[in-house]
Amino acid sequence: MAQATLDMGVITTVDGTPLKTKLRQAERRNRLRSFGLVFPLLAFIMISFVFPIGDMIFRSVDNPVVAQHLPRTLAALENWDGQEIPDEEVFSVLAQEMRVAAEAREIGKVATRLNYDLPGSRSTITKTARKIRKIEEGPYKEVFIEADKDWGETETWSKLKQVGERYTISYYLAAVDLQRDATGNIISQPENRQIYVPLFLRTLWVSLLITVICLLLAYPIAYLMATLPVRYSNLLIILVLLPFWTSLLVRTTSWIVLLQTEGVLNDILVWIGVISDEGRIQMIYNMTGTIVAMVHILLPFMVLPLFSVMKTISPSYMRAAKSLGATPSRAFWTVYFPNTVPGIGAGSLLVFILAIGYYITPALVGGRTGQLISNFIAFHMQSSLNWGLAAALGGLLLAGVLALYWLYNRVVGIDSMKFG
Amino acid sequence: MAALPPYTTPLERAWHYGFRFICACIFIFLILPILVILPLSFNAEPYFTFTPGMLSLDPEAFSMRWYRDIFENEQWIGSIKNSFIVGFFATVLATFLGTLAALGLSRANMPYRTLIMGILISPMIVPLIITAAGMYFFYTNLGLAQTHLGLILAHTALGTPFVVITVTATLVGFDHSLTRASASLGASPPRTFFKIIVPLIAPGVISGALFALITSFDEVVVVLFLAGFEQRTIPRQMWAGIREQISPTILAVATLLIVFSIVLMTALELLRRRNERMRGIRPS
Amino acid sequence: MRRFLKSSVYATVGLAALGLAGVSQAADSLTVVSWGGAYTNSQINAYHKPYEAKTGVKINSEDYNGGLAQIRAQVEANNVTWDLVDLELSDVIRGCDEGLLEPIDHGILPAGDDGTAATDDFLEGTLYECGIGQIIWSTVFAYDASKFTGDKPSAIGDLFDTAKFPGKRGLRKTPRVNIEWALMVDGVAGEDVYETLSSDEGVDRAFSVLDRIKDDVLWWEAGAQPPQMLADGEVSMTSAYNGRLFNAIFKEGKPFEIVWDGQVWDLDLWGIVKGTPNLEQALDFVKFSTDTQRLADQTKWISYGPVRQSSLPLVAEEMQPHMPNYPENFKTALQNDFEWWADHQDEMNERFAAWLAQ
Repeated sequence: MAQATLDMGVITTVDGTPLKTKLRQAERRNRLRSFGLVFPLLAFIMISFVFPIGDMIFRSVDNPVVAQHLPRTLAALENWDGQEIPDEEVFSVLAQEMRVAAEAREIGKVATRLNYDLPGSRSTITKTARKIRKIEEGPYKEVFIEADKDWGETETWSKLKQVGERYTISYYLAAVDLQRDATGNIISQPENRQIYVPLFLRTLWVSLLITVICLLLAYPIAYLMATLPVRYSNLLIILVLLPFWTSLLVRTTSWIVLLQTEGVLNDILVWIGVISDEGRIQMIYNMTGTIVAMVHILLPFMVLPLFSVMKTISPSYMRAAKSLGATPSRAFWTVYFPNTVPGIGAGSLLVFILAIGYYITPALVGGRTGQLISNFIAFHMQSSLNWGLAAALGGLLLAGVLALYWLYNRVVGIDSMKFG
Repeated sequence: MAALPPYTTPLERAWHYGFRFICACIFIFLILPILVILPLSFNAEPYFTFTPGMLSLDPEAFSMRWYRDIFENEQWIGSIKNSFIVGFFATVLATFLGTLAALGLSRANMPYRTLIMGILISPMIVPLIITAAGMYFFYTNLGLAQTHLGLILAHTALGTPFVVITVTATLVGFDHSLTRASASLGASPPRTFFKIIVPLIAPGVISGALFALITSFDEVVVVLFLAGFEQRTIPRQMWAGIREQISPTILAVATLLIVFSIVLMTALELLRRRNERMRGIRPS
Repeated sequence: MRRFLKSSVYATVGLAALGLAGVSQAADSLTVVSWGGAYTNSQINAYHKPYEAKTGVKINSEDYNGGLAQIRAQVEANNVTWDLVDLELSDVIRGCDEGLLEPIDHGILPAGDDGTAATDDFLEGTLYECGIGQIIWSTVFAYDASKFTGDKPSAIGDLFDTAKFPGKRGLRKTPRVNIEWALMVDGVAGEDVYETLSSDEGVDRAFSVLDRIKDDVLWWEAGAQPPQMLADGEVSMTSAYNGRLFNAIFKEGKPFEIVWDGQVWDLDLWGIVKGTPNLEQALDFVKFSTDTQRLADQTKWISYGPVRQSSLPLVAEEMQPHMPNYPENFKTALQNDFEWWADHQDEMNERFAAWLAQ
């Protein structure tokens, strides 16, 4: 412990260093010690979580394939004006590079990449590559155009030039239903390919709807729990916590069992005669299924923050309002409700954040119409293998979520997040 | 329940009971899906609805066959084993790292507290599909995809926010004069740590650990991307079952998982009460 | 800078991980990937079990739902954990083009039981640079006979006619077969289907036919799903792999009827994933599992046709009528055009995904 002695107006410790310095040193040591405690987890999260996600998102602009396999062709196209198809010289360079790539079995990658930006061009490349491997030398122009007439179109060439860029924005453009035309102007995708903007909107809309439904369902029961005597409310809390603790897949399974056409609910409806056996209602494998199951899964996230806010509101407020002559509804809206707004904000933001990134439930009970943006990210990750597009969609989703997270932190504060 | 005071008007009375009725419906919505599975998992027939035999409580209509199925099936047994292995190690790691970090974060002089807290909580907020995609490339490059270790590390990352939050919450009301008192009475820092801090934060640590465990136990998206055949966990096996062939075996597994979560929940509730007693908080 | 950062992160973590991750797959096991359910079961019985008994090599059987996605992911990430995959022909062609599959020397294949050299014994068009054929299978559609009291579905058009035969339909969640069927329903002759599809108008036409039933379809992915959906009453008719239906009808006694009209047949082949550490073992397994006896044995469990001439006489008499290539079933059959699909699957998949989402 530093002992202060008074000496010549400057407070120093026993060894003569000024107290200020000593305190600053102690402070720094303390800060380092605090940081030292946090460091292992911070390092772990940075390496195993933040870095991998950053690396994945980087794929949305990274575009090495064509640049790597057709460098000379791209160089030859550098000064091409885009007005007419290139001359024999460019064709022969491309032929040589395609031959090399085909023999190394890499041409498929080039074709796949070009196909993302120019649908249908995969076959143009693979067919031509097969043909080129069979002939020894040029002139190539006729061979190319004979193999696929698309080589006679300037669009093919300008797209080839575009996909040759080492870094690209085309994945982000595709993620918002845009593309570049042959001259580089940004235009919208043809109508039958415009799916992502509607999908983002649908995801936002569904998340909002789920949030509102959760709020409407959570508010009354949170109110009841907050106003009942403890011995009753404890029991009700368990009813909220049990679903919260039960596996997501278990709950999704239950909804399938309940809602499917030959399921419990339809059976009951048939039994009491509301519907006929042939008229069973499709309640799952569509948007209804997604919404019902997700509301059920996310409801506790709304109830708990509301409940913890309502618990702190003294019942005497309402009594005071009533004794001053307010009707019950007026007392509720002017006194009680404003006090619960922080809980509404916390619960709604949390539910909304969790809902827009949901994957499992829509995948299992959403059918064709109940899919959300996450399902398409998974689709491009696992099935279509368009990892660049998956990364771009993921990047947009992540940006949205992080913005909401920031808002949550500003409004609610992550410290106040609690469970159970 | 408290009887209504005699001066309530009929309208208020109607509203009072109407409100209770609405709440009852919402509670039924919450709990019904969980309850409906329990009896169906004892169905003797491979259907998902109540057979006439079940409704008339005929003992013949009930059977344990789906439970036997689980324990006779190599894949289910393997997945149960994997879930426990991954869950256990991920929980231990997450609890250790998370508790340390929470101790640091709760010290008054922690620099960049909000930012660091934000980063540490982010695994809970970032959509799982993005996490899974990122980890997929990362762990594959390291050769850790399709290993138990990879899965354990991934689940550790996902579990730590819960530990950080619960332990930090325990430390919020922590009275630092206790440690100073201990020090002034001559206890060494380690002694202070184990005699004063540990007992006080233990409930928070344990409930954080339970959350981390349930997170790992319930996680399927990252498993879908990272796990190979040898690392299949219970949720992964259920996922395959639900997508491909939803057999009553799934319901039996679901029932076991419900029982498991009830056990964990009870443990947590007991801890919460103990915690309140220890801090002298009387149940409000 | 970024690259340096990246490589140093990988290097440090890699080193740390290396010591811990030491226990990888044992060298004396082989991971064989196939389509799951009854089909994988037939392979386990006919190939895996006798092979394990003969060599002591343990075979891990894993399931997937077709496509090259996982293979490409493994090869590109340099993390090959699958050794042998049961592939559709167009995927073999494409996987070979993209360097995802190991070339297989046909010379190593054993001669037929009757002494015919392997290259002559295999049916024409069943041996490829990177793929060795095993079976002929087909996509057909089926209905639950107990659900239709009057007229019964008998032609491919009935699958698309919800006015005549009400009820939900099950279709595989892929453009494959569905767009071919759509054109056949629209009056395009089998032999012209792929030519029609090669034009934009043809594709539009196919999708406009699919539009008719879009709202009535439940989409399946795994081969085990459609018989289940039919049994549960979720759909009244569904497309399915013929072997799965055979299994449901004859092994599980389900009242389903198969409609062979318009069946689209294809091959399943073994492909070896490029860069597998168990190449020798995988080749050995390919040799073993495609010999005359093994291919014939497989038909005991599922109704898919063997691709060796010499296996055909060994197939049990009562299995014959359930094979896709049984003359009675084969009249209006269409072969999946693997080259067309190898070239066009990307755009078709993309179009299909967009169509589904809209």
